[in-house]
Amino acid sequence: MDFFFGLLQIIGVHTLLGLSAYVVLQTGQVTLAQAGFFSIGAYVSAMLTVLAGWHIIPALLVSATLAGIVAGIVGFPALRIKGLMLVVATIAFGEFIRLFWFNFDYQIEKKGIVVGPQGGEGFKQIRFFPENGWSTLDVAIFIWVIVALVMLALWWTDRSRAGTVLRAVGEDELAAQSVGINLTAVKVGAFAAGGFIAGIGGAIYAHYTTHIEHLNFGVMLATFAIAYPILGGLRNVFGTLVAVIFIQGFLVEGLRFMGDWRNLLFGALIVLAMNIQPRGLIDERSVKLVRGLFTRDTRN
Amino acid sequence: MPILELTTLTKHFGGVHAVDELDLAVEEGEIFGLIGPNGSGKSTTVNLICGVVSVTAGRVAFEGRDITGSAPHRVLAAGVARTFQNIRLFGHLTVWQNLWVAQNSVEDRRSENFAKRWFFGSGATRDAVDQQLEFAGLAGKRNELAANLAFGEQRRLELARALATKPRLLLLDEPAAGMNLEEVHALDGRLRALQQAGMTIVLVEHVMELVMGVTDRIAVLNFGRKIAEGLPAAIQEDPAVQQAYLGGGVETAHA
Repeated sequence: MDFFFGLLQIIGVHTLLGLSAYVVLQTGQVTLAQAGFFSIGAYVSAMLTVLAGWHIIPALLVSATLAGIVAGIVGFPALRIKGLMLVVATIAFGEFIRLFWFNFDYQIEKKGIVVGPQGGEGFKQIRFFPENGWSTLDVAIFIWVIVALVMLALWWTDRSRAGTVLRAVGEDELAAQSVGINLTAVKVGAFAAGGFIAGIGGAIYAHYTTHIEHLNFGVMLATFAIAYPILGGLRNVFGTLVAVIFIQGFLVEGLRFMGDWRNLLFGALIVLAMNIQPRGLIDERSVKLVRGLFTRDTRN
Repeated sequence: MPILELTTLTKHFGGVHAVDELDLAVEEGEIFGLIGPNGSGKSTTVNLICGVVSVTAGRVAFEGRDITGSAPHRVLAAGVARTFQNIRLFGHLTVWQNLWVAQNSVEDRRSENFAKRWFFGSGATRDAVDQQLEFAGLAGKRNELAANLAFGEQRRLELARALATKPRLLLLDEPAAGMNLEEVHALDGRLRALQQAGMTIVLVEHVMELVMGVTDRIAVLNFGRKIAEGLPAAIQEDPAVQQAYLGGGVETAHA
């Protein structure tokens, strides 16, 4: 059973990561910095629970807020650049944060053992969950309550004016400005919200793996972050969830029996999925299909 | 006091003087025509007023207030709305959403509480959007994606979107481009109706049937400079204007 709870945890955390990129992608900005914001959530929350002895919930909120603020600061220079230049700039920024953790050393002695982030060695012994007697099931439930809250908030936002404005900016920035939208506020706001969500994901990640190091937060993770919402179709938050389940549940875990050949098939299946559903897994057609299953056809 | 006043407005793109020391005064309630050959600086003038491109020198004043160099959303909040030469709708939003995004700017000016405006929305705004849809004759298309509309409908939607922001000054950048004669007449009627309702309109246009018929006064630009200004009839006879349009009559200016 623990295997499935473990998988649930991974899917939950990656859903948060994907949703963090979803918000930014809606404004038409491609970001590869999400892994960086994710790592801020991971390191800062772990320092708060391990070094300062906080409970995980305030640690999660504070670290996510910090990640959101940093993301907002990144959003400002990102205003002046677009497209491929933005991709390159955000990669650079993500690497900047990763290398910061690579060099960051801050350890103290607690109850006879030395704990804290130790540069390239990483940050070990993040033991809030085991120390407080949380089982794998408890952790999985905790994660999914948070995922559900974030998804609900984003689903609501999507249907509100805020979501419509994000999409309007993604469609045409000039037209958006000309109907009174403050481009700076919207873009920076989207970055900050994305950073906050990535921070939550990172905080949870650090605590269930109990050991983090800078290599966890590289370009690969950032690529996954934008792959989920793009593969899911930017139509709604469920697309991202479906894409995470498809990649993490089916491709990564389901194909494990294939050994080293797995990665090859993994790439091929993503290409195939993109070809069959070019507008993402959740598009107009699949929505119609699912709706058709649940509604009676009144035309006959 | 003129509602819109440009004083020695200048824009250089590198060595090109797109707009060169332009003085213009638009009176409240009039339909003001801005014409000129291609590349004469008409669209740049609109972009300068709206804050889309930065001003090299000079001043833009709206209702006596200096709005030179204001960000586009601030210019809109002040009461100036515009349409684009090449239609710029939010293609993958519905017709209704296109208007809704614009309509909300009205509520922003009253600056009610933030969460209500952004996450809950007001019924009054929704009703106003429905009215705008009706007025634009697009009520039947409310759930269509804007990108799927016919060309004429897209033009109507763009105008409706500008009007949804409740402007006092409307800048129309070639609204008749690509329209057939029937549609031009419909637009003519619509502009007069707006004028009746108290709107001031600056009309940048190539289609002379529309400009000569509907405007109260006209200014002619050439190479970024104003070469003539006056009543439509006088402009048509102006030798400098005829010279600017390749030596021919004004009628040959259909692009």
